[in-house]
Amino acid sequence: MNESVMTFDAMRPAIPEIGLGLSICAILLADVFVGASRRQLTTVLTLVALALCASITLNYGAVQDRTVLFDGLYVADRLGTLLKMAAFLGVGLSLLYSKAYLERRAIHGGEYQVLALTALLGICVLISANSLLTVYLGVELLSLSLYALVAFDRESGIAAEAAIKYFVLGAIASGTLLYGMSMLYGLTGTLNLDKLATVAAAHGAGIVIAVTFIVVAVAFKFGAVPFHMWVPDVYSGAPASVALFISTAPKIASFALVMRLLVYGLGADPSLWVQILTVLAVLSLLAGNFIAIAQTRIRRMLAYSAIANVGFILLGFVTAEHEGYRAALAYTLVYVLTTLGSFGIVLLAARGDGEAEEIDDFKGLGQRDPMLALLMLMLMFSTAGVPPFVGFWAKLWIIQALLHTHHVWLATLAVLTSVVGAYYYLRVIWYMYFDAGRAQTPVERQPLTRGTLALNALATLALGIMPNALLALCASLVG
Amino acid sequence: MHGIDILSILIWLPVGGGVLTLLIGDGNARLSRWCALLVALATAVLCLPLWQGFDPTTASFQYAVRMDWIHQLHADYYLGVDGISLPLIALTAFMTVPVIIAGWSVIEKRPAQYFAAFLILEGLMIGVFSALDSLLFYFFWEAMLIPMFLIIGIWGGPRRVYATLKFFLYTFLGSVLMLVALIYLYGKSGNYTIAGFQSLPLSLVEQRWIFLAFLVAFAVKVPMWPVHTWLPDAHVEAPTGGSVILAAIMLKMGGYGLLRFSLPIAPDACRELDWLVIGLSLIAVVYIGFVALAQTDMKKLIAYSSIAHMGFVTLGAFLAFDIQGATGSLRGAINGLDGAMVQMISHGLISGALFLCIGVMYDRLHSREISAYGGVINVMPKFGAFMVLFALANSGLPGTSGFVGEFLVILAAFKANFWYAFLAATTLILGAAYTLWLVKRVIFGPVGNDHVAAMQDLNGREFLVLAVLAAAVLALGLWPAPLVRTMEASMQHLLQQLALTKIPVG
Repeated sequence: MNESVMTFDAMRPAIPEIGLGLSICAILLADVFVGASRRQLTTVLTLVALALCASITLNYGAVQDRTVLFDGLYVADRLGTLLKMAAFLGVGLSLLYSKAYLERRAIHGGEYQVLALTALLGICVLISANSLLTVYLGVELLSLSLYALVAFDRESGIAAEAAIKYFVLGAIASGTLLYGMSMLYGLTGTLNLDKLATVAAAHGAGIVIAVTFIVVAVAFKFGAVPFHMWVPDVYSGAPASVALFISTAPKIASFALVMRLLVYGLGADPSLWVQILTVLAVLSLLAGNFIAIAQTRIRRMLAYSAIANVGFILLGFVTAEHEGYRAALAYTLVYVLTTLGSFGIVLLAARGDGEAEEIDDFKGLGQRDPMLALLMLMLMFSTAGVPPFVGFWAKLWIIQALLHTHHVWLATLAVLTSVVGAYYYLRVIWYMYFDAGRAQTPVERQPLTRGTLALNALATLALGIMPNALLALCASLVG
Repeated sequence: MHGIDILSILIWLPVGGGVLTLLIGDGNARLSRWCALLVALATAVLCLPLWQGFDPTTASFQYAVRMDWIHQLHADYYLGVDGISLPLIALTAFMTVPVIIAGWSVIEKRPAQYFAAFLILEGLMIGVFSALDSLLFYFFWEAMLIPMFLIIGIWGGPRRVYATLKFFLYTFLGSVLMLVALIYLYGKSGNYTIAGFQSLPLSLVEQRWIFLAFLVAFAVKVPMWPVHTWLPDAHVEAPTGGSVILAAIMLKMGGYGLLRFSLPIAPDACRELDWLVIGLSLIAVVYIGFVALAQTDMKKLIAYSSIAHMGFVTLGAFLAFDIQGATGSLRGAINGLDGAMVQMISHGLISGALFLCIGVMYDRLHSREISAYGGVINVMPKFGAFMVLFALANSGLPGTSGFVGEFLVILAAFKANFWYAFLAATTLILGAAYTLWLVKRVIFGPVGNDHVAAMQDLNGREFLVLAVLAAAVLALGLWPAPLVRTMEASMQHLLQQLALTKIPVG
């Protein structure tokens, strides 16, 4: 056992979490003193804090080699750094896109930003977890923050209902996670994922049950069918900005959860979880895509679209090969980038009363606001997986990994369900461009948000034409 | 080669021009029109040196450029042309010009976006024909759907949403299966180059699946019976320019795919399953010919006529194996392949011209119903002359390009099997029947009604477009040798590929 000395240098790889923790305290304090009149300041402070954390993570916290800290509880590696940077970016953008919405809905309170940051801290902890306890800590920190965020609008009954539903189901999932972990500990005598990786395969039938419990919890956090019930309700019940938040950065956390827990911790014998993930993936692809067709409300549609996309990510893990994990990583990043943009546009183009509800509301957006409609068009084609947008490459890589591991039928199913999926993404474009809109208030200007959205959408095009950098990055981190 | 990479220019000049037109915006419609026209003309003119510098004596790919594109996936930015793709590229560049001119003053709704969509579409279509890396091919193949989807959806007729969604989803469904096949082939060969796939040994079972996956993709595009139903809908609802591009270029991609992918990559499966393609082609020729007779909508009639004519392309492409069976050698099959290719180019010109003619009438009367017209030649003599010429070409009159392709294919069909030729030749009757009956009802006879009486004859812009197309149709019909000579070496090379089995020994 190595002596852990708590010097600054030894703690250096944990800089992202430390920085975030300090920022949370500072912002919480600052928010108390700025007063209601200058609420804007909290958002600005939060964005600045995120930028700062990201830059110190890159400059000081980034590690070249895998480093284990805090008696094996915490691991820092290049994959972790990338995921954290993506999470910082995701949270930053979602807060930026939500700004106008929150003001319109008069959902004030610096607690909103603080809860977003604690959720982010949970994500970071999860990304760097190297022990079952750290995993649980991260999952709970993230989940509890999200429950509170869903219920943030105290006036809204639907939001409260969604929060209760989310909380109760989430608590059950946390329970199964904990139960599975306790069984693992009982069987192997260790909480450390590194050690687990070496001993887990030797424990026969008992471990199958433990892993099943854990996978169920993972499926719940990911929102995979049949543990997806909370997703549509939370997406449509919570304030739209919270739905935007939940659909982005926590997906990175879910990816990290599968990666750390199943691939690294229980990866010596992937057959423990491959079959169950296959079932989850297939069900998610089918249910997500087909049910999304029937939705008339944009947020419920995006919820089922999220479920279908999770199915695609899980397919990457089904391969049980590095190529598949890389593809899953690329898919997750691309999904987060695209969803940020499309949900951001939903928030900006919301109706006069501030809510983004029906897909019908998009009718005639091509006339009302050509720029926003064009951006949405790009993002929708990207999500549908049509070149020249980056969503195509994400899907292609997953399918390629599946074919290399001889999952021809899974690959065929995946492409066929994406044809089904294309229909409802095209429907948004159809409403925007082919239908005349009812007379509606023009969309707000919001130059900063607009500019960022434009960059976001153009990024899907640029990465779609030149996907090399993204794919090479993903390939260098997993393997 | 030749210092400059002319193929990349042909692809990216229209795409860049399209973006520029989009940026000019609808507010400045005049400027955007001129910008679009200049770009389209420049692209068409650039095809001249391309054709000039092309060496027809070799089947190897010319003007090739190859750059690392996506290292991780072993996909290259790999372009080149041979005798099969060169005529199609030229056709694409040539046909975009009349489309831009035809929309000149007719398109009032978002004109800049309209022209931009066609330019971007042009670039992507040239990309499809010149890509030698299958992933790059697929990239263009799919990307092309986006502008067409928007063209039909925004500028189309009353049922445009239904038509454009059907168009997109049909094609998308076909292509994703092709994608699976391409990735499977990549898994075996290690990169995505088409030439690599062509020389890859494959067992018969593998070939069969790959052939079927390709067939779905290309049959939807051609379109072959019974997956043709999207085409009449798309044609009827699309604006004139959309119909022209759809009929003249997009359908050809299916035929191109069969020649470039299906035949050389899975020759043994093609040999085994050629009855399927031949059967579907003959059904298209005969059955769809009858369907065309029954149409009351002019655009629908031409759409069905397109399906029947494309039946000749697929028939000609797949006759080789039966000819070998009947005559003992593949030599006679060259007529079928040549015929398929000539038919593609000729049909591109003729159907494009016919859709333009219908567009001319539609702009004046806003109806596509045959019964709304009658005696148009009395008020529009110049137009009537053009329309009759294109109609005769469509029914295969000797001296026009329509004759050459059909004749070559029927000639080849005779060598394969008398009944193939018999059925294929019914098109000479059916095609003449539906086309000439259309002409009789629309063009000839007494003036149908007051609206027809008020129609103005062609303006200079329309006259120019139709005259150029008429010249091309006649030139190709009277002197097809340059076209046939251009593709000669590539077709011979294709025949050699068909003669060999790819099934690994042992």
